[in-house]
Amino acid sequence: MTGVQPPLLDVRDFSLEFRTRSGTVQALQGVNLSLHKGEIVGLVGESGSGKSVLSYALLGISDRAAKVTGGSAVFGGLDLLTAGERTLADLRGREISMIFQSPRTALNPIRPIGQQIEDVLRRHAAARGPDLGTSLKQRAVQALREVAIADPERRVHAYPFELSGGMCQRVMIALALACRPGLLIADEPTTGLDVTTQAAVMDLITGLARERQMATLFITHDLALAADYCDRIVVMHAGHAVESAPTRALFGSARHPYTARLMSSTPGASSTLASLLPVPGSLPDLKRNDLPACRFAERCERADARCRTERPLLDAAAEHSAACWHPMHLPAPAHV
Amino acid sequence: MTTGGHLRHVLTENPVTLLATGMFVVLVLMALFGPWLVPFDPLASKASAALQAPNGTHWFGTDALGRDIFSRVVVATRLDLGIAFSAVFMSFVIGMPLGLAAGFFGGWWDRIVSRLADTIMAFPLFVLAMGIVAALGNTVGNIILATAVINLPFYIRVARAEANVRRSAGWVEAARLSGNSDWRILAMHLFPNALPPAMVQVSLNMGWAILNAAGLSFIGLGVRAPAPEWGILVAEGAAFIVSGEWWVSFFPGAMLMLAVFTFNLLGDALRDIFDPRRRT
Amino acid sequence: MWSVAFRRLLAALPNLLGVVVITFLLTRAIPGDPAAYFAGGAATQEAVEQVRRALGLDKPMLQQFFIYVGNLAQGDLGQSLTTGQPVLKELLLRLPASLEVVLLSLLLACAIALPMGVMAATRPGSWMDQLSRLITTAGVSLPTFFTGLLLAYVFYFLLGWAPSPLGRLDPVYSPPATITGLYLIDAALAGDLALWRACAGQLVLPVVTMTLFVLAPIARMTRASMIAVLSADFVRTARASGLSQTTVLVRYALRNALLPVVTTLGMVFGFMIGSSVIIEKVFGWPGVGSYAIDALTASDYAPVQGFVLTMGILFVLLNLMIDLLYVLIDPRVTIES
Repeated sequence: MTGVQPPLLDVRDFSLEFRTRSGTVQALQGVNLSLHKGEIVGLVGESGSGKSVLSYALLGISDRAAKVTGGSAVFGGLDLLTAGERTLADLRGREISMIFQSPRTALNPIRPIGQQIEDVLRRHAAARGPDLGTSLKQRAVQALREVAIADPERRVHAYPFELSGGMCQRVMIALALACRPGLLIADEPTTGLDVTTQAAVMDLITGLARERQMATLFITHDLALAADYCDRIVVMHAGHAVESAPTRALFGSARHPYTARLMSSTPGASSTLASLLPVPGSLPDLKRNDLPACRFAERCERADARCRTERPLLDAAAEHSAACWHPMHLPAPAHV
Repeated sequence: MTTGGHLRHVLTENPVTLLATGMFVVLVLMALFGPWLVPFDPLASKASAALQAPNGTHWFGTDALGRDIFSRVVVATRLDLGIAFSAVFMSFVIGMPLGLAAGFFGGWWDRIVSRLADTIMAFPLFVLAMGIVAALGNTVGNIILATAVINLPFYIRVARAEANVRRSAGWVEAARLSGNSDWRILAMHLFPNALPPAMVQVSLNMGWAILNAAGLSFIGLGVRAPAPEWGILVAEGAAFIVSGEWWVSFFPGAMLMLAVFTFNLLGDALRDIFDPRRRT
Repeated sequence: MWSVAFRRLLAALPNLLGVVVITFLLTRAIPGDPAAYFAGGAATQEAVEQVRRALGLDKPMLQQFFIYVGNLAQGDLGQSLTTGQPVLKELLLRLPASLEVVLLSLLLACAIALPMGVMAATRPGSWMDQLSRLITTAGVSLPTFFTGLLLAYVFYFLLGWAPSPLGRLDPVYSPPATITGLYLIDAALAGDLALWRACAGQLVLPVVTMTLFVLAPIARMTRASMIAVLSADFVRTARASGLSQTTVLVRYALRNALLPVVTTLGMVFGFMIGSSVIIEKVFGWPGVGSYAIDALTASDYAPVQGFVLTMGILFVLLNLMIDLLYVLIDPRVTIES
């Protein structure tokens, strides 16, 4: 068990579906996830695995068609999934913040960035902040300074289109962290940025997280990136959380066949094109009502009848757990 | 989905579309066969029957000269639809090639044609129509010409936009390389591609052209009494509104509204058929 | 920003030139004899020749054009045959009457259409959305003269709420002292409440008629623009930051959504000027539109062409103003290619 303290965010058995014209999409099923204070957890999976859907639902900003069908997500004693809109709105930006990909379009294009930060500060006026006596403008400048934006007094008047992608992402981070939230959800924050900027942004996020003991949920499809920055990784596949482990343990001995496949399809420094193996098949159509219990079953060479009918679950108590009936690298059972 | 299947789907999915199509058919029938179907001679005046409210014999009542309004309204369909159709047809036939050429060739073509369209659009269009009719003479032909001129920019724009998008497309290059002349490409390939949005435009323009023609007649341009045309019929009844004989203006006006409404709905339906992405 | 504004100004010049050229053609390059056209049907051959010489119609086309432009620059739009007055003078005298209706209608239309469009966008598919769609489609299909007459019938004849639609002011009253030419403002400035109410009463029907016509494009554009903006990334960020519903809707979404609406206003003005001609006829309103129609019916052509030219120029200038307004409110415009 990671740490003795209870988790900051405890998601149990979370299920969610989307009602669309062409059918009901079972986007999430029975997902378990927990974050502790100061922990950086990577949520990894292919596009469509439900990672972003999960985070939007936690904040209560899901699409209209989304419907929570079960489970709980307890944050600081409050179940986010059943909380009222007003309660959630108070939490957003103040206790839980989120940053998104495509930072330039994620900022209001016709409003100076300083004012956008001030809007958030003003909204959460009772928010914890180092200097409650200083003006909003000064606090906005300070927020920009904390994300290493040079010349913040001048930049505070800039519009997003005048800034580079990397700078816009810093602004978004400043916006998200202005009220010192306890939990940050970063949804693919570096997608679309060049490699050096990626590293700079990730360093910034993880640096601030460590410094403020802020729990961070880092959502990405890039396993290698997650490996570099996260303490623990949770792998998602087709709406299920399939493996959860400390980073080193995951890369040392991945237990879920999907994780293993993911790793062998991720380029490393010494990979050759020939050595990369794609994950066979594709994500199952989540509108089907005849999905196998383990949704990886149809793409897995280790699958058998049990996998199709009985759903394997993540063991919440274990440090390294895989939702699989036939995991890989399992330590030999004691009685054998 | 096949075009036929798609067509059926659109027609049945939205009952309003079906209604609009039905109304369109009725209008066309009225325009074609109206004069033979009406109970009274639209031009026959009868002083003794003047200004009768709607009743069993005269369903829409009679006007100041005792003429049956129902007959006049039905017969007017031919003139109004005829004017609108001719004007839109003219606009289409002149505007589409100009727009396609402008979009495809660019350069001087584009500059001149765009300048022409911009200049027309620099005027409030109804005012320009007034000016054209005043200059050329007060005839039905000139109404059609004026309406055609003010509608030109819409077709030029649609065609130009389509041609512009496609002129650098791969298959156009391929067609060129395999020996097709530019004109052939324009006619055989670009034009059919530009048709769907143009058709939507045509339907919407028809509604607008009818409104325009009626508006011009209302203020005394174009069609002259005693010819029945919806705008003139409303004008004839305008004086009686304040004394309470509402039917003289009401029925032609309502008919006018129905016709324009029909074409607007049809335009929306056509847009649904040809461009499902835009459906809400 | 100034360079962009200047460029927009320059872009308006060809349009102005186009307006002048077309009105020139409409007055000179017409079938028949332009001199007879302007001299009027009842003119003698001698009078026609006089007009020909006075207007320089015996000279080559290009020279005529320069004479025409020269005249315009001096404010000479010709003379009305029926009133004997210079056209420009009469147009300027009657312009405030038309403007009063147009401006009030625009204000009223925005006051109704903007909230309607926003509501329809925030609740897509709801009965509110469907209802506003119905109203807007009906609004576009209704001929203005029909709406005007219908409103006059219902509210004047049947209900007696509106005053008789016979013009700008009941003859019992005398118009307020001219300061702006807009009766509502002038009456207010004169402090005459009874007069103000009389003027306002006469304005109701024409303004409502024009508003109904103009509601549609504004509401449609607002709705479409709001729907697009509400699904934009930055709105999601705003919501994720916990900003209140009102802040997100107004300060973030609406301000951005209004940009395309502003550009729509240019098109809307064109329709308004066109429909004001008809509305003035229906309600006996003494504006520039009815001036042109009366002249037209009397085969007095100089006022008609003067009217077309003036409205054309007004329209170009209005669009220019809207363009400049847009430059002011959208900070991104400075980086034009």
